[in-house]
Amino acid sequence: MREVRVRVRAVLATHDLEARRGRRVLFSRLDLSVAPGSLLRVLGANGAGKTTLLRMLVGLTLPSAGRVSWRGRPITADRDAFHRELVYLGHAAALKDDLSARENLLSLLALGGVRCEAGAADRALAAAGLAGCERLPARVLSAGQRRRVALARLALAQEQRLWVLDEPFNALDVDAVDWLAGLLRAHLQGGGIVALTSHQPLPLDAVEAVMVRL
Amino acid sequence: MTRINWFYYAAPARFYGLAGKLVPWCAAAAVVLALWGLWIGLVVAPTDFQQRDSYRIIFVHVPASWMSMVLYVAMAFWAAIGLIFNARLAAMLAQAIAPTGALMTFLSLWTGALWGKPTWGTWWVWDARLTSELILLFLYIGYLSLRAAIDDERRADRASAVLAIVGVVNVPIIYFSVQWWNTLHQGASVSLTKAPTMAAIMLQGMLVMTLALWAYAFAVVFARVRLIIRERERGAAWLRDLHPAGALP
Amino acid sequence: MTALAVFLRDLRLAQRRRADTLAAAIFFVIVASLFPLALGADPAWLRRLGPGVVWVAALLASMLSMPRLFADDAADGTLEQMLLSPTPLPLLVLAKVGAHWLANGLLLTLVAPVLALQYGLDGGSIGILVLTLLLGTPVLSLVGAIGAALTVGVRGAAVLLSLLVLPLVTPALIFGAGAVEAAAGGMDTGGHFSLLGAMLVAAMFLAPWAAAAGLRISLD
Repeated sequence: MREVRVRVRAVLATHDLEARRGRRVLFSRLDLSVAPGSLLRVLGANGAGKTTLLRMLVGLTLPSAGRVSWRGRPITADRDAFHRELVYLGHAAALKDDLSARENLLSLLALGGVRCEAGAADRALAAAGLAGCERLPARVLSAGQRRRVALARLALAQEQRLWVLDEPFNALDVDAVDWLAGLLRAHLQGGGIVALTSHQPLPLDAVEAVMVRL
Repeated sequence: MTRINWFYYAAPARFYGLAGKLVPWCAAAAVVLALWGLWIGLVVAPTDFQQRDSYRIIFVHVPASWMSMVLYVAMAFWAAIGLIFNARLAAMLAQAIAPTGALMTFLSLWTGALWGKPTWGTWWVWDARLTSELILLFLYIGYLSLRAAIDDERRADRASAVLAIVGVVNVPIIYFSVQWWNTLHQGASVSLTKAPTMAAIMLQGMLVMTLALWAYAFAVVFARVRLIIRERERGAAWLRDLHPAGALP
Repeated sequence: MTALAVFLRDLRLAQRRRADTLAAAIFFVIVASLFPLALGADPAWLRRLGPGVVWVAALLASMLSMPRLFADDAADGTLEQMLLSPTPLPLLVLAKVGAHWLANGLLLTLVAPVLALQYGLDGGSIGILVLTLLLGTPVLSLVGAIGAALTVGVRGAAVLLSLLVLPLVTPALIFGAGAVEAAAGGMDTGGHFSLLGAMLVAAMFLAPWAAAAGLRISLD
């Protein structure tokens, strides 16, 4: 990956961003600009604030100072419009144990404002390597399978420009890693933005990236 | 003419100093006003025909009730400011007001009981004011409990602010409901709300005592907010300069 | 519509976890059955107590079921997704509370007549009682949602929630139980129902906003 100084008009940006945990300052005066087609990779040790930064980017956590802007406007200005262009996958797979994989996927898509019929959902699950598991309750799926259900959302999220993913490669086997890398690459090539953290080396070559080390 | 910076004292560091200077003045005012008020209440005001001297507790009971309501509104106001403008000091003020407000409510209930016993022979009377004060005490306790249960200070600030705002909107509804309930269930005789006919001197006494309690509340709230500032701003440069040893005075 | 999807999803989940919702209803029955044991079974006495006891028991049973509104979603990460939905959060909260009420509050309302019979209330009184609960239990759910939102993930959330919410719902209790008593005394209950109705409408408009604010604060 080449680090590139951004020259184009920034789409996702932070200004003077500061995060505190209790009295400890995790990071301060963080200025970022991530252009369309770029990957934002957040690096750092455990507890350095990577998840906090991602949560601030999507608006789940209020920064103690500074702000985040999307398309030039603060994300707090019009939350609903910002959310329409956003997919966030956190640590937890966000699955209900009592719902099947298909029901979970449809529910998550509906929450994100994406209309989708069962057929398309099943195809996404199949692409994620879960063919045959659509009707199984999420309770019986393994950690890797649960993560794949959550990631299947990305297969149907072309319209969402901003993908913010917290350790998306966790618990994935080699095939799934390749599949996910393909999704990310396609999204970036289409002009989308991906912000992620990952402890593993990313199989994403020749991708413009902004690296932040906390 | 230089523009007044209304937000000069909005920084905890500056307010700390201001509050420190005001505490002794407010305390002194509280003592003076209390002495005056008690003199009116205990010495000047005439003995009541029906209730003799036991009614004199009204000079503490009614002002305490008024203050308990005023302080709840003040607490909700500062909590709202803290929430809307993300202002730490406003949130700290709300935090400082709550215990004093709860104390006023408790004082109102306790003096109500002290009044009820010699007058009607019972320690508790389900009249409108006492019942409303009881529910208000529960609201204060709820606020304090929520604060105590949440470890993160800023989250505690914001969550308790929402609770206080919901509470302050509810208080008129609760008060109205209790009034209505009371008129249906209580005979007219047993009521602390219906005080002996208000001679002007009694009203004056109650107003003076209210001001005394108000001055007391200012003094205590300022002192407490200083303690809160010291605890929450621990490690800040201005605090280290002011108190190098770190020990409380 | 997303809110409808959330509403249906919650109903489906409640249906698959029927034991949880029934537990609160059973608690309701047990509590109401304890009072005669404690206070004596004189029929006239019980008839006077009945409406109040049923209302208080409904209050307590509602408080017992409230933490479940957001706790499960918070635990598995679904709540975060709700906060990031393009649909306004108050609308989603309203959908969740609606589903929660259908599964819990409505159930209490339907069980209430059985308890009312235990207290010897006549048909007319039972009717009024059910109507007041029909208006009152949604108020309990809506105000309870505010408490649930503020106490997500907090230690001792269940008890704390009751502590926060019970003082706020005393007006509903006063007018709800008061209506039944008024009807028994032959007095007009129009005022009671108007006030209960007004409380319900106000709660439907205001509580979702407060709960949404509480959720954003709790998940910070």
